Amino acid sequence: MLSFSRLKITLILGICVLGALLCLPNIVRAPAPWFPWRQVHLGLDLQGGSYLLLEVDTKAVLRERLEGLVDTTRRTLLAANIGYLRLAADPGQNRVTFHLRDPAQQDAALAALRTALGLGQASPPGQEEVSVAPEAAGEIALTLSPVAITERANAAITQSIEIVRRRIDETGVLDPQIARQGDDRINVQLPGISDPERIKALLGQTAKMTFHLLDAEANPAAGPAPPGVEFLPLVDQPASKLPVRKHVEVDGASLTDARAGQNPQTGDWVVDFTFDSAGARRFADITRANVGKPFAIVLDNKVISAPVIREPITGGRGQISGRFDAKTATDLALLLRAGALPAPLTVVEERSVGPELGADSIRAGAIALAVGFVLVIVFMAVFYGLFGWIANLALVVNLILMLAILSLLQATLTLPGMAGILLTLGMAVDANILINERIREEVKNGRTPLGALEAGFSRAYSTILDSNATALLAHVMLFVFGTGPVRGFAVTITVGIVTTLFTATLLARLIMVRWYAATRPALLPV
Amino acid sequence: MFLRPSFRLVPDGTRIAFMRGRFLGLIVSALLSSLSVVLFFYPGLNLGIDFKGGIVIEARTPGAADFVKIRAALVGEHLAGAGVQRFGGPDDILIRLENPPSEAATQAAADRVRTALAQAFPGTKVMRVDAVGSSVSAELFRNGMLALAISLMMILAYIWFRFEWEFAVGAVVTLLLDITKTIGFLAVTRLPFDLVMVAAILTILGYSTNDKVVVYDRVRENLRKYKTMPLRALIDLSINETLNRTLGTSMTVFLASLPLALFGGSTLSAFAWTMLFGIIVGTSSSIFIAAPILLFLGEHRLRKDAHAPRPAKPTAARLKGGA
Repeated sequence: MLSFSRLKITLILGICVLGALLCLPNIVRAPAPWFPWRQVHLGLDLQGGSYLLLEVDTKAVLRERLEGLVDTTRRTLLAANIGYLRLAADPGQNRVTFHLRDPAQQDAALAALRTALGLGQASPPGQEEVSVAPEAAGEIALTLSPVAITERANAAITQSIEIVRRRIDETGVLDPQIARQGDDRINVQLPGISDPERIKALLGQTAKMTFHLLDAEANPAAGPAPPGVEFLPLVDQPASKLPVRKHVEVDGASLTDARAGQNPQTGDWVVDFTFDSAGARRFADITRANVGKPFAIVLDNKVISAPVIREPITGGRGQISGRFDAKTATDLALLLRAGALPAPLTVVEERSVGPELGADSIRAGAIALAVGFVLVIVFMAVFYGLFGWIANLALVVNLILMLAILSLLQATLTLPGMAGILLTLGMAVDANILINERIREEVKNGRTPLGALEAGFSRAYSTILDSNATALLAHVMLFVFGTGPVRGFAVTITVGIVTTLFTATLLARLIMVRWYAATRPALLPV
Repeated sequence: MFLRPSFRLVPDGTRIAFMRGRFLGLIVSALLSSLSVVLFFYPGLNLGIDFKGGIVIEARTPGAADFVKIRAALVGEHLAGAGVQRFGGPDDILIRLENPPSEAATQAAADRVRTALAQAFPGTKVMRVDAVGSSVSAELFRNGMLALAISLMMILAYIWFRFEWEFAVGAVVTLLLDITKTIGFLAVTRLPFDLVMVAAILTILGYSTNDKVVVYDRVRENLRKYKTMPLRALIDLSINETLNRTLGTSMTVFLASLPLALFGGSTLSAFAWTMLFGIIVGTSSSIFIAAPILLFLGEHRLRKDAHAPRPAKPTAARLKGGA
């Protein structure tokens, strides 16, 4: 128990030196950009910044897909001359159902729909995105498969993350961190941003822009909209509505660029946009065919503007003017450049900390750490003498090793994390106290100094292990179920428990044994 | 100069008959815990926004805060339900808005408070904004409770695995009593119950278990060492033997938490005061609760092999111990 092989001594000291080296990146700058320079990062609560949790409405994606199926079904059945009733999407069960006017046409309807949806007869059930099957007499259901539902939801979230990243990058925030969290959430961290109002507004818009033709006959004031037409409100006058044809002529996804600018004649703010080649061709065809008629630019189901087409637009460039100011024009251009979200996003949580509070917190944490550290060291010196000082030395190394591991993990240091470090220091000496008390008891029981040291370490060992194991369990749970700064607390305490086991049982023992070998005292100072 | 210890917390070789106070300890503990349960329901915990949802905004106004003007500005932004209070210095304000109707409303309200402050007092610094929607707060609460429940179960399993079941039950019952008292403490002090508090409670759990494990470990060792000693005397002996370490570790953790409570700022001081309370509860419960429970549960089981050869001894020992 007391003999340390040369290899073991080298290893223990090596770990201490390595620990000290690994702490360096937190103090000194990297010698070269390519050099692996891992350090502890300050959490948003310490450096100031904003944390946003976004929820993706994946159900909206499915609803949209079901609407698409309704549309396909309607067109297919019309083309095949099959009469139908009550064609509707049933989002609750992820399916579309309809009734046949003539139940005898069931097979024909099934065949036509399967062909239209591109379902091969051979492929096994469950592998297809949609299954088409008779439900009851004369009723047919098109059901989305569970695999397809998950795939669509996942694709929506992956794409949302990409769009969120583009939008945030466009605002010029440095080092944003965007990550998926759970099934349908996105975690956004914006260091240095303490007022995320604009970003929240930008992320809260789907920004789905489409170009439509208007229906000249329909009148929003009189009765419901005819099929294929909907009445959409104007952005700046929500009360007045325009009859917009549902059919999308050109989609905002065809845009390659959008910039805010000012009309040189009027000085009004406008957004200039450029289509890709397919979009430009499509836009040219439509404007050529509809000169003199109005068309609508629709953003998130609201009409931004509805200008009259004066001449064919063939260059693939256009301009949106709609009572913008500098800010709204810039934001719209940004949204159009970044692209539309596949599903609506809701901000469900915001936590922002201003830089002043962050600095205050660092100061408060540092003072508490320093005072607590000194108190523990004085306590150990007063109550345990020389062995207390050995414990204190181990405690300093413990602190260094904790910092080293946290740097290696590139962990985030939060305010609760600082509390975790301090508590670890308070609890770390528990192991030394156990050992010292044990040695003292063994001395009282009449053992020789060497025997007492040996017995003290070996007997205290299992107690130390048991007591640290239970604390470890509790904090691993906190890590698993906790979020944000509290996780930082769990990380520091967990790391602290591991380093404590090393410093208290190996390092402190090594120092005590070397001290004993050097001085050979007749009595232990306990 | 510091070669030898200058002081001892407790003199060596104490023979305090802790188990004599076992009924008193259990009754006081049961009373305090029952009271805490009552306090849990009325007035209840002051749930923080982590768990309740809503908005908390800390701001620093240029010059002393004018509360009338702030309230007027908030009413102007249709935030009449918001509470405004002083917080720290005369220029620090805390605006709190509870139970907004929806997720979107929560976020919109946070932005409107910012606008109101910026318009009413140009130059106001918003120090912190926490806006938690109801679905998130419900989830955070569930996760917090899950972390507590699973930790307790894992501690139960670990101690069961390492000791006898009497030890495990004794430890977990004691921990439950510790937790209820901590909840009572939170209900009385009105400290906000949030995720940081769950962290505090879990740390107290870890610390308290640690303390019980040390005493239990010594009981187990003494059970092997003194084959014939009655359990009651043996538990007393074990507590006395580990008293210096129990108090020593409590002191160091206490000393580490104290500066957090005094200088740690609003978030950490609430955490640290709870820790300080928990350390006192956890230390005393090792002696006055966990040990008596072990005595009651183990009186006829843990000493069975000791009873067999000398059946008359336990009664005599109990009489002697009770005298």
